[in-house]
Amino acid sequence: MSAVTRPIVQTVPHRRSNKKALRLVLRYVMLTVVLIFAVFPFVWTFAIAITDKRAGTSIYDFPASLFPKAVTLNNFLEVYRTFELGKYVWNSISITALTVVGTLIVSALAAYPLARFRFPGRNIIFAIIVATLVLPGETTFIVNTLTLKNMGLLGTHLGVVIPTIAGAFGIFLMRQAFLGVPTALLEAARLDGAGEMTILTRIMLPLSKPSLAALGIFTLVGTWNAYFWPMLVLSAAPDKAPLSVAVLRLKGQFNYDPFNIAAGSLIMMLPVLLVFLAAQRYFMKGMEGAVK
Amino acid sequence: MTRAQRTQTPRTRSDFSWRDTLMSYAFLAPALILLTLFTFYPLAYGSYLGFTEYGGARFGQGLPPKWIGIENFRTLFADPLFLTSLGNSVKYLVVVPVLQLASLAVAVLVNKNLPGMPFFRAAYYVPVVTSISLAAVMWEWVYNKDGTLNWVLGALHLLPGGAVGWLNGESTAFWAVMLVTFWRGFGYYMVLYLAGLQGIPEELEEAAVLDGASAWQRFWQITVPMMKPTILLCSLLSTIAALRVLEEVLVLTNGGPLNSTYTALMYVYSKAFQGFNFDYGLASAAGLVVAVVALALSVANFRLFRDSDGDDK
Repeated sequence: MSAVTRPIVQTVPHRRSNKKALRLVLRYVMLTVVLIFAVFPFVWTFAIAITDKRAGTSIYDFPASLFPKAVTLNNFLEVYRTFELGKYVWNSISITALTVVGTLIVSALAAYPLARFRFPGRNIIFAIIVATLVLPGETTFIVNTLTLKNMGLLGTHLGVVIPTIAGAFGIFLMRQAFLGVPTALLEAARLDGAGEMTILTRIMLPLSKPSLAALGIFTLVGTWNAYFWPMLVLSAAPDKAPLSVAVLRLKGQFNYDPFNIAAGSLIMMLPVLLVFLAAQRYFMKGMEGAVK
Repeated sequence: MTRAQRTQTPRTRSDFSWRDTLMSYAFLAPALILLTLFTFYPLAYGSYLGFTEYGGARFGQGLPPKWIGIENFRTLFADPLFLTSLGNSVKYLVVVPVLQLASLAVAVLVNKNLPGMPFFRAAYYVPVVTSISLAAVMWEWVYNKDGTLNWVLGALHLLPGGAVGWLNGESTAFWAVMLVTFWRGFGYYMVLYLAGLQGIPEELEEAAVLDGASAWQRFWQITVPMMKPTILLCSLLSTIAALRVLEEVLVLTNGGPLNSTYTALMYVYSKAFQGFNFDYGLASAAGLVVAVVALALSVANFRLFRDSDGDDK
């Protein structure tokens, strides 16, 4: 968007400029109301998490609980120790890392021929991949758990990961990136005797870094936050559950210690929030790309 | 592509090189195998299971599926819980127009080069990247009888009947769950609308301003018509998402109180995995019903927008 600054017109009557100012104030008031709606739960959770509970405060003592008198990091330490949160943090990291790496590899491999080669069946395969976007898969989770059971992968991190790594979104995104690489570059590499795998890893991937990063970040946040699927696959192996699943168990166990729950929840949110703040642009751009 | 280039492109089948074809399939193999195993096979086998009696033990150990025709569907439509859940899922669609209008309005609000706009946009997107488990923890405190929602409403003298446990009331739980869906969704659609808004030529707006059109008129006569493709996409996505609501219900109310928040996918999930029935056949049949409704709604969405905009290319 071009930042066209409108020339300030001197002759504008006062009433009109007043009206304009009023409209501006109104806009910010509305924006602030929406802001409170969007972030209030976080602010409150944060306030609870850093409240020193030894002072005997109740989280439901408004508005006092929104402005803790004594601040502490004890809740974080306590929940980390008593609930073995480290174990669940590790599970989350393991599941997320496997998923991100798997998604990037499978998507890049599939996208390369779809973007760069003509071969019999290409259009059909492309259509099949597109179809996964619109087919309603209300029963897939049932059959997939049965399949994982037969493969002996139920209750393992691999079982959570494998069914999720091949997806139309990743293949599309990488195909789009590969289409943008100049053909001359590939032909030069082929003349130098480079194999297709070398071309993919030494030319295509380095030139598609922004798309790889975007896909990686999307996958990371989605996997870190996923609840239903890991809960289902790991229902018989509670020790292998990721944070997103464990946090709700935490709620069941420490129902009367909301301070620890708040602290545990924030530990879970923190990585995603940091990634989001650092890579905000990718998110917005990636989403916008879906419309254009 | 110029004509000279086009004539160089091989068109006939014999022009495909074996080497390229083999290589292409080798590269595609991981994705195709995974998609077949975990997307297409479950779609086909799950549909088949809908017509069988299968389950009874966890993961169907023991008896193989037995074909019983449409028996499961008869059972479903005689089951008051299924009818309630289907009804709730349809009722849940109320969120779609509200969510879409609000997201569009918020997008219009932040679509201006004013100080602080990038901050507001990012902040509104934060609920989208929030895990449902975290949302459940936070919103339960907000909805608690002693929670902030009651405090705010009380302060505004909007609680004539006294404090309400929003998630525990048969009449309020459904709307409380929906508000969480709304909260997690509006930032997502806002970004999509924002992309659409930035595609509207500025001259159009400026000309309308010169002609003396009010902001309201400009919104309805320029923004909305220009945004039609985006609105179609968003309402389609949002309709399907509303019909498939499961996680919010699962973590906030588990279908209660008195099944008032029980949705169709909740029914599918609980028939297959909750309790000791493990009725995969019946659950698959219920899933099929939801899938058919989802498809029908998608088609309806397309029809609706195409018919109201016949001159679209």
